[in-house]
Amino acid sequence: MLNTQPNITPVDDFYQELIDLHRDLSDDQSAVVNAKLILLLANQIGDLHVLREAMRAAREDVDALPESGGRT
Amino acid sequence: MIVSGAGPVGLTAAIDLAQRGIDVLVLDDDNTVSVGSRAICWAKRALEILDRLGCGDRLVAKGVSWNVGRVFFRDEQVFEFNLMPEPGHRRPAFINLQQYWVEQFLVERLGELPQAELRWQNQVVGVAEEADRVAISVAAPGGEYTLHADWLIVADGARSPIRGMLGLESEGQIFRDRFLIADIHMTSDFPAERWFWFDPPFHRNQSALLHRQADHVWRVDFQLGWDADPDEEKKAERIMPRLRSMLGKDAEFEIEWSSVYTFQCRRMRSFRHGRALFVGDAAHLVSPFGARGANSGIQDVDNLVWKLALVIKQLAPEQLLDTYDAERCPAADENIRNSTRSTDFITPKSKVSRTFRDAVLMLAKRCPFARQMVNSGRLSVPALLCDSPLNTPDVAGEIFSTGMVPGAPAADAPVSGPEGTWFLNHIQNAFTLLVFGDAVSADAVAALARDRLACAVVQVGGSAATTACVIDDTQPLLAKRYDGREGTCYLFRPDQHVCARWRSFELGQVRAAIARAAGHALH
Repeated sequence: MLNTQPNITPVDDFYQELIDLHRDLSDDQSAVVNAKLILLLANQIGDLHVLREAMRAAREDVDALPESGGRT
Repeated sequence: MIVSGAGPVGLTAAIDLAQRGIDVLVLDDDNTVSVGSRAICWAKRALEILDRLGCGDRLVAKGVSWNVGRVFFRDEQVFEFNLMPEPGHRRPAFINLQQYWVEQFLVERLGELPQAELRWQNQVVGVAEEADRVAISVAAPGGEYTLHADWLIVADGARSPIRGMLGLESEGQIFRDRFLIADIHMTSDFPAERWFWFDPPFHRNQSALLHRQADHVWRVDFQLGWDADPDEEKKAERIMPRLRSMLGKDAEFEIEWSSVYTFQCRRMRSFRHGRALFVGDAAHLVSPFGARGANSGIQDVDNLVWKLALVIKQLAPEQLLDTYDAERCPAADENIRNSTRSTDFITPKSKVSRTFRDAVLMLAKRCPFARQMVNSGRLSVPALLCDSPLNTPDVAGEIFSTGMVPGAPAADAPVSGPEGTWFLNHIQNAFTLLVFGDAVSADAVAALARDRLACAVVQVGGSAATTACVIDDTQPLLAKRYDGREGTCYLFRPDQHVCARWRSFELGQVRAAIARAAGHALH
């Protein structure tokens, strides 16, 4: 089952490092890094049921966003 | 019986019918075997079927065996794989051989069978179903004539004129991409390997494939993109620079044949329409990645012909033919699913899909898990007919540890027996009961042989005198692959698929399972 409870300590360090990972990259380069990261993490999780739950959770609410994706 | 289409699938059907003692006439609008290599990868299951039809040895002797594949991304190799076959099987995972050679061997085999006739330049121009037969109008060099047949096997290819004549459709998806395919003759020291490039320096943003065939002929395949002009790309002055940049400027080669193609994944909703039975590309179509076209067509025929033979000989009800549709439609869907996935990997349809594809290829160099995701074609494996109504389910409580479930094609193994050194040679064209040990009495062997739906018995080892065909499990791999113990029985259909299995022999159970597999329990 997908764990949506806090599970990373310290979480602020992780978040900072995730943002730092993309420093100086173009949007296209960032997209590649994100894709590789998703694939590496997905393989680590391995369980297709959990992955499906995560994909569903990630997609939730996104269809309602404006198509440009940005704030005006 | 009439078969329309003398491609590999139609010819296979005709040989199988003639071997079963049925008169068959093959009609083809062309005047010879195919031009160009077309289908080149022949998978293990297709080779085993062609063994049963007396053609396997010639294909394998002429074909090229290969095990190593390499995948390149941009300017470097990201990984290689070795498909070393599992020992103890007669046939390798696949061989490469041009379609025209396969057709040539099949035509020659057909010529040995007195019940078969092949008429080139005889084109079917009309089909009409009558009460209990089909009327077929044929245009031949000498004029038009009409034939009547009990059944018509439609093997007239992707564009299937007969499908059109009957107002039927094949539905699915067209892929927005074009590919240049070329056969080149090249005496080089390139190894006999499959090389696949994603986004190589010599062909930016597209893919390319190099694969060896017989007689120093190589298959080259360039993805061109949807916007490419097929007429321009076919010209030698366009092809030669592409080949030079791929093979190096010093490579010496000649182009034998080339073509620009698009592809589609689609199938007919049903493969049986009254007395017309659709097989191969006429019934279903896939992209070439994965070698699932001709190989699945040969499995169609393997599935259909024994049923048709039983119906013609009035040993089975006509509804048995509906199980051809019920068993082969899921197989076609599986092929379409695999082929579509390969296509999506090779031709990503969106920016994000391309990003993930490239991410997989970048990771593949260092991470084994990503190599598994690289999809340049998932090679054809035989269909399991697990949901078939012809199967007898396992007896409750009888546990088997192997994958030889009802519906699985028989696994081969080295043995020693009257039909030679391979197990599959001992399941030939009829229902066959495999029994480990001497659990089947001589009376029961004789009774099964005398039944209207006759069944041969193949016995592994055992001591008592028997009229069964006795084989020795030399390695012993047969017992391992079938989880065979004293008394274990497997019933095979005439197409070598398991349809029932038990831990002990009981004549009534075997007869009931044979009747069920012949369609006598269908509603």
